[in-house]
Amino acid sequence: MWTQFLALVWRDILSEFRAREVVVGMAVMALLTLLIFNFAFDLSGAQRVASGSGAFWVAVVFATLLGLGRSASLDRQEGAWDGVLLSPVERPVVFLAKLSSMLVFVVLVELVALVVMALLFDLPVFRPGVLLVLALGTLGLCTLGTLFSVMTAQARAREVLLPALLFPLAIPVVIGAVRAMVLELSGFGADAGPWKSLLAGFAMLFLALSVATFGVVTEE
Amino acid sequence: MTMRTGVDWLTLLGVAAFALVALSVAMIFLYAPADATQGDVQRLFYLHLPPAWLAYLSFFIIFVSSIAYLLRGSPHWDRLARSAAELGFIFTTLVLLTGSIWGRPIWGTWWTWDARLTTTLILWFIYLGYFLLRAYVADPERGARYAAVLGIVGFVDIPIIHMSVRWWRTLHPEPIVVRSEGPAMPPEMLVTMLVTLVAFFALYAFLLVVKYRIETARDEVLALRAAADSSV
Repeated sequence: MWTQFLALVWRDILSEFRAREVVVGMAVMALLTLLIFNFAFDLSGAQRVASGSGAFWVAVVFATLLGLGRSASLDRQEGAWDGVLLSPVERPVVFLAKLSSMLVFVVLVELVALVVMALLFDLPVFRPGVLLVLALGTLGLCTLGTLFSVMTAQARAREVLLPALLFPLAIPVVIGAVRAMVLELSGFGADAGPWKSLLAGFAMLFLALSVATFGVVTEE
Repeated sequence: MTMRTGVDWLTLLGVAAFALVALSVAMIFLYAPADATQGDVQRLFYLHLPPAWLAYLSFFIIFVSSIAYLLRGSPHWDRLARSAAELGFIFTTLVLLTGSIWGRPIWGTWWTWDARLTTTLILWFIYLGYFLLRAYVADPERGARYAAVLGIVGFVDIPIIHMSVRWWRTLHPEPIVVRSEGPAMPPEMLVTMLVTLVAFFALYAFLLVVKYRIETARDEVLALRAAADSSV
């Protein structure tokens, strides 16, 4: 089971390493979102912790959305996803592998975006508390995102459908992650505890639900 | 299908629902006293609370029938979920509209990012996604399964959304009908509220059954059409 899992994750990472169609696009999207926010809002003044955290998470959400769409579209080519489903691998393992490769991609993009944010907005982003918030928020976002991207992969107008499903349900992640990040960045990390619990609870709950329902979603 | 004679129970339910709605409208305007501070605007309350309960009740029905559909696979459960979703969407829209009209004179604004308002708005968007999912997935059986998964995930998410938004900010008054020390309003208002609630629930039950029958008929038509296509 462990080797199956690693093989599936490696499949995504290898194809990304060869084609570079997912991560590069996501990173460009994230950086451009940060850039646009810089013009739309004042990210240099005293408010830059609040608006910078907000801009960062909007960039992450958009980049994740793009990455999920790109990854699903690569899987549709030449029946790659059908091959995965036909292989004798338990469905929960397939889900966890798909989620893990997406997590790798999103975390890479987040690290790039964090460096840019630290430089452009002069914020002390590389703190353990900030990184923990990042990990928990990303896990929750990618869990629901992976489940919905598989559900919408075959649908018409999937570019519309995926955000229509993901955005409303991911609102607790956005609120929790932005609030916790603002607290961490302004030195009130101790107050971010409830938000971190919310993010962790969200991630665990929907991880369990996704694993439980993924078999139904991929039934042919 | 057997032909029935005489008056069937659905007609009775429909007549009862419309009579109750007429009675509740009369009570709202003629029997219930005007509010001491808010005046006549407060009468919107009677049309605001029942749709709110029904909006959330609908999602609960979707949740239960989604689980039943995934476990049993019977199309009855899917039809029930579809019917409840459409009604839930209408009642969620009603809550938002009546709340907005009420908020304007009392809070001085059409909209505010209060916890309950925000949660209800997000609920509205989840319903919207639910319809889009059903509309855009070509295979109906697959669409039904996906919708069931969304029905479960979405219902579980609602309390979390509410909690996160509540920590974020709040302005909406605390519940005044359901609370441990008893309702905080004069008896005439309470009676009017209860009659309106019964009327809305009767109307809801009637509409749900009618909608369910429409969905059953739709499935039959689709099956007949598919059979006709394959026999040509």
